[in-house]
Amino acid sequence: MEQAEAPFRILPALSDRNRFFWTSGGDGRLRFLQCGSCEKLVHPPLPRCPGCHSKDLAPQAVSGRARVHTFTVNHQPWMPGPELPFVVAIVEIEEDSSVRLMTNLVGIAPEDAEIGLRVRVVFEHHPDADGDVWIPLFEPDAE
Amino acid sequence: MDASEIIERRACITGIGQSEVGRRLSRDPLDLTLDACLAAIEDAGLSVRDIDGLSTYPGGMAGPPGFSGAGATDVHDALRMELAWSDSGLETPGQLGAVMKACLAVGAGLANHVLCFRSVWEGSAQRDKGRAGVMPGGGERPTMRASGFSEWSLPFSAPSAAVWIAMFARRHFHLYGTTREQMAQIALTARRNAAHNPKAIYREPLTLDDYFSARMVSTPFCLYDCDAPCDGSTALVISRAERARDLRRTPIRVEAVGSALRGRPSWDQFDDLSTMANRDAGAHLWTRTDLRPSDVDLVELYDGFAFLSMSWLEALGFCGVGESGPFIEGGGRIAPDGELPLNTQGGQLSGGRPSCTRPACSSGARAADARSPCRIPRSLWPPPAAATPAGACC
Repeated sequence: MEQAEAPFRILPALSDRNRFFWTSGGDGRLRFLQCGSCEKLVHPPLPRCPGCHSKDLAPQAVSGRARVHTFTVNHQPWMPGPELPFVVAIVEIEEDSSVRLMTNLVGIAPEDAEIGLRVRVVFEHHPDADGDVWIPLFEPDAE
Repeated sequence: MDASEIIERRACITGIGQSEVGRRLSRDPLDLTLDACLAAIEDAGLSVRDIDGLSTYPGGMAGPPGFSGAGATDVHDALRMELAWSDSGLETPGQLGAVMKACLAVGAGLANHVLCFRSVWEGSAQRDKGRAGVMPGGGERPTMRASGFSEWSLPFSAPSAAVWIAMFARRHFHLYGTTREQMAQIALTARRNAAHNPKAIYREPLTLDDYFSARMVSTPFCLYDCDAPCDGSTALVISRAERARDLRRTPIRVEAVGSALRGRPSWDQFDDLSTMANRDAGAHLWTRTDLRPSDVDLVELYDGFAFLSMSWLEALGFCGVGESGPFIEGGGRIAPDGELPLNTQGGQLSGGRPSCTRPACSSGARAADARSPCRIPRSLWPPPAAATPAGACC
């Protein structure tokens, strides 16, 4: 799902190490580096697996399903961004609960956010001269 | 561990100084820094020529605005110091990393008297833009692209530690049933204590009704759970024990420091978001001393956000994991006449960010920088006492 009017966001600086992650939403899939040797998911991206030190790392698509590990409803206008108040959450992905993403919850009233909530990824497309970016946000998972 | 190997015990605090402290002083931050540094040197009965070491956190930095008032080289040159050792930096075990390194430097014989300082001018740096004035873009749309940890937080409009630490607090509330009414005691206690500190930023009474009427910043934190950005500088002189004996003031011996961080150094990937990095630093501290939590008479715990003091109470073993809410409930236990007085100068919540420390307070005891814990063990009371920092980066 792409939103017609995405809020202003500071975009990540893209590099050879992280470009796959921030452009992964182009086909609607969320990806993390996976170690070809020990199969561990690695996040944030690194040149070597932190577990076995293998360099055999490649992006691997995951289900996009996750669970809210914790969250906060932000009321403070720190900088231009989503309409206040909005939810900042840390979600743990379904395939490995130790892999987490800070994100925003969308498609939910802030007062309905709760720890343990099942969510799924939805990407927000940001066209940009320095390279398009797809920001992974999460919405309640109806299934 | 053989006590002789714990070289921070060869270090003493011999001087404390602080500049003017205020919400928006509009003063040159180097000027504030030099006020604090010269006051600390004078307090120790030393002269600039006696100081042969210099240590500061976070060191000279262009941004974020107001976070660093001066770097080591600024003070080195401004005071025409002749140094045997100096150090500064952000990647160190918390704000007290600068103090720990000073203790290690004098313990190792690299220097005799190390000047340590921290300066902030976030109050003035905000200008009329509020908190957004010191955030990326300074109140306008920033043109930057995010990298480092910011890569994983700024795209989600989460530029402040208030947001990140609020999520630690939420996790704690969820697991242990901690409540805002319990957490309120951190801010209320600080405000009551600030009434006795003439340098505190906020000294007027604060009630539980005021607390619950305040605007939310990032749930569960309201305005009073967040410390007061301001301008000011605090400085210490750390001396080798054998050079401390004949100085003006009774030296405060350092008993032990703790610096461990065994979990991932990350705000979102840390293994247990109901604890914090202080968990490891706190445990490390007790491995370097025979003192125990029951020996401690009062605690000055970092309260940049109210939950941090609760987290430190657990990390240092003053209560069990998850028990800080009931521990501070009602505020009696942490009041000045309670069993464990907390943040006795008003903390940062009411005292202001550069530290609430009142130099040479009237009791005769002196507390070090309040950005991280220091304590005066019961067994060493009255002074000479130990001030024990434990630092951590999250």
